[in-house]
Amino acid sequence: MAPRKPASKAASPANVSKDELLAYYKDMLLIRRFEEKAGQLYGMGLIGGFCHLYIGQEAVVVGLEAAAKEGDKRITSYRDHGHMLACGMDPKGVMAELTGREGGYSKGKGGSMHMFSKEKHFYGGHGIVGAQVPLGAGLAFSDKYRGNDNVTFTYFGDGAANQGQVAETYNMAEIWDLPVVFVIENNQYAMGTSTQRSTKSPSYWVRGNAYGIEGEEVDGMDVLAVKDAGERAVAHCRAGKGPYILEIKTYRYRGHSMSDPAKYRTREEVQKMREERDPIEAVRSILLTGNHATEDDLKTIDKEIKSVVNAAAEFAKESPEPALEELWTDIYADEIPPHNA
Amino acid sequence: MATELLMPALSPTMEEGTLAKWLVKEGDTVTSGDIIAEIETDKATMEFEAVDEGVVGKILVAEGTEGVKVNDVIAILVEEGESVDDLAAPAAAPTATAEAPAAEAPAPAPAKAAAPVEVVSKASADWPEGTEMKTQTVREALRDAMSEEMRRDENVFIMGEEVAEYQGAYKITQGMLDEFGSKRVIDTPITEHGFAGIATGAAFGGLKPIVEFMTFNFAMQAIDQIINSAAKTLYMSGGQMGAPMVFRGPNGAAARVGAQHSQDYAAWYAQIPGLKVVMPYSAADYKGLMKTAIRDPNPVIFLENEILYGRSFEVPALEDFTIPFGKARIWREGTDVTIVSFGIGMQYALEAADKLAEEGISAEVIDLRTLRPIDYDTVLASVMKTNRCVTVEEGFPVGSIGNHISATIMQRAFDYLDAPVINCAGKDVPMPYAANLEKLALVTTDEVIAAVKEVTYR
Repeated sequence: MAPRKPASKAASPANVSKDELLAYYKDMLLIRRFEEKAGQLYGMGLIGGFCHLYIGQEAVVVGLEAAAKEGDKRITSYRDHGHMLACGMDPKGVMAELTGREGGYSKGKGGSMHMFSKEKHFYGGHGIVGAQVPLGAGLAFSDKYRGNDNVTFTYFGDGAANQGQVAETYNMAEIWDLPVVFVIENNQYAMGTSTQRSTKSPSYWVRGNAYGIEGEEVDGMDVLAVKDAGERAVAHCRAGKGPYILEIKTYRYRGHSMSDPAKYRTREEVQKMREERDPIEAVRSILLTGNHATEDDLKTIDKEIKSVVNAAAEFAKESPEPALEELWTDIYADEIPPHNA
Repeated sequence: MATELLMPALSPTMEEGTLAKWLVKEGDTVTSGDIIAEIETDKATMEFEAVDEGVVGKILVAEGTEGVKVNDVIAILVEEGESVDDLAAPAAAPTATAEAPAAEAPAPAPAKAAAPVEVVSKASADWPEGTEMKTQTVREALRDAMSEEMRRDENVFIMGEEVAEYQGAYKITQGMLDEFGSKRVIDTPITEHGFAGIATGAAFGGLKPIVEFMTFNFAMQAIDQIINSAAKTLYMSGGQMGAPMVFRGPNGAAARVGAQHSQDYAAWYAQIPGLKVVMPYSAADYKGLMKTAIRDPNPVIFLENEILYGRSFEVPALEDFTIPFGKARIWREGTDVTIVSFGIGMQYALEAADKLAEEGISAEVIDLRTLRPIDYDTVLASVMKTNRCVTVEEGFPVGSIGNHISATIMQRAFDYLDAPVINCAGKDVPMPYAANLEKLALVTTDEVIAAVKEVTYR
C-alpha cells in the first residue's frame, strides 16, 4: 500500500453546517476555559502533583470526537483533561478529581493523570509514556473479538512515539487487523525535547509503513481537517482493514506540566502560534465571516461556558475529601484482606 | 567399527523419553543428517538425526518404548560389509526396552515419576471424602483447567508465544488450537511488553485473557503493563474498571539454563496490591487454582514450574473442581516443627519431613499455595502448636516470602516461638551454569533438614 500524501489542504468549511461549527466552537472553548481554571486552581494549591494542560491542542480531540459513534472507545496519556471533556464527561467530576475529592471520577484516588469513565468509554488517563498504546490496541481487540464495528482512538504524543512498545503494537495491530486509530498528537516537544532533537525521521506516521499500516499527517490546528481525517481513519477501521495512523500536528501553548522552565523554546514561537494558528480563533472567524453567528451570539456562548467551568471549580472545591476508608477499597474487585489492614 | 547411537537429551529437563518411531530399519544405510527416529520428550516430539555414516546393524529399543533413559544405547551402526553378529557383544545393555519397560527402572526420574507423589497424611479439605481420583501430570491438569474454563466462558482466550501452532513451548496448550481455533488460541510475535499490554487492554474491554509467558523471566519485559496497568487500574479508576486476567508460565529454575532463565519471581509479585499470586505444587492444586484464577475478577499471577510439569499426582475426577485462593494445605501433620513452603519448594519440604521422621522429628508441612492472599491463620495455628518454624523457597533470600512469614510470626506469635525462624532460600547469587555450582545455588533438602535440627536444637 502506498503511503498516503499528507492531507495538508485545509478542509472547506462550505459543507459544514452552522450547528456543527457552533458545537466545535463550544467544545473547544470549554476545554480551553476549563484548563485555564485548572491552572488557576493549581496556583492556589488546590490541585497537587502533576497537571498537564491541553491548551492549544483542543482541535485534535474535538475533531476526532466528531468522527466517533456510540460505543467507540478512547484512551490517552496523562495530558487527558481535553479528551474527557470532548467525549462528554462531566466537567464537575473531572475538576473534582483534579482536586482529589470524593466527587471526582476516581473518587479522588486517580488524580489528573488517572481518570476513567466506563459510561463514556474513556479508558484513561495513563501516566507511563506509551503504555496506553498497547492498551488501546487491546480495547480494539475486544471489539473485534466480539464482532462489532467499534473503533478505539488511541492517543499518544511525539515523545511516546519513540517507545518500543509502540512499535510492538503497530506490528500486532496490523497482523490482527485491529480496529484502532493511532493518534499521534505531535505538539513538537516531548517535555522539553523538540522532535528535531529526538528523532531523525522526517515524520512519525510514516513509521507505520514499515508494518503495513496506512496513515497521514493532519493539520491539528484546523478542527475541520482533523474531523475529515478522523472520518477516513474510522471508515478504514470499521471496514475491517485494520489500524490507521493519524499524525496530528498541533501545539501546546503551556508548559509540559505546571513547573516548566520554558527554556527550550522562545516566547516568540509560542506567541506566533497563538496569534496565527489558534484553532478556536479559526472557527470563530468562520462563524463570523459566514454569518453563522454574531459577536453577541459568541459572547453569550463564552458566558455560558464560563459559568459551566465556574460551577465545576466550585464543585471541586466543595466536594469533600474521600472518606478515610477509601484507602482500602477498590484494590480488588472482590475484597481480600490487605497484608497489614 | 561399530558406532553406538545413544538416546539424546533434547531439552534442559529431559531425563528420559519415548522412542516414538523409527524411520530406518536394520540394514538401511544412513548418512549424516538423515532423520532416523522420532523421539517424544516431556516438551515435544522431535526428530533425531544421524551424525555418523553407516548401516543400521541392530535396533536395540523398539519403537513405542516409553521411559528410555538419556544415553541408553538405542541402536548400533556398523560399517559397510560389517555384520552386527561380528561384534563380540553389545557395548552396553539397554536399561529400557520394549520387553523391560521403564517402570522397572531403579530410580524414578523426576520428570515422569512412575507413582504419584501423594504423601498427604491429612485428608484434604479440597474435595469430599471418597471422591474418585485419577493420576495426572501437572501439564495435563493445567490444560484441562484452561480448556474447561474456555468451554464455560466465551470471553476467555489465551495468547502468547508458540501457544497455538507449535502446541506450546512446554506443551501446556497442546490440542487447544484444534478445539478452540485461532480466534481464541493466539500466537503472538516475540514481543512481551506489547502483548501483555494488548491483553490488559482486552481485559479492560471486558474479555478474560490468559497470557502465557514462555517463562516469567521474559515477563520482566512486560512488568510495567502487569503492575502499572493491570494491577493498579481498578484502584485508580475508583472501582470502575479493572483487568480480570491471568498471567501464567513457568517460573524459577529449570535445569542448567543459567542466570537469565532461572529466577523465582514469587516475592516480586507478592509485593503488589491489586495482584493475586498463585504458586502451586501438586497437579490437583494446579487444576483447581487455575480454574479459580480464570474466574477471578482481578489480575492473577500464576507461577508454574517446568520441572513439575511432567510430574504426576492424584487429581479428583470431579466435573467442576476449584480451589479457593488464600487457603493453605497441610500436607503432613506434625508436632515438632512447622515447615512452610510453596511451589517446587514443597518437594524439599516433603523430602526433608520424610527423612526427619526417620530420626524421630515430627514435621508439619504447610503448602501456602497462594502468596496473595496468604493464609496466615493456618501458619500461625501450626506455629503455636509446634513452636518452631522453617520456611523453604527457591527465590533469592533478601525480601523473600520466608522473610515476610517470619516477620508475621514474630509480630503475631512471638511468645509461642522457642527458636528463631530460619528461612531456607536460594543463594544470593545469579544462577550459575556449571552443574555443581547450580546445585549449590538452589535450596536443598539437606539444608531444610539442617535448619529443622537447628530450630529443634537436635
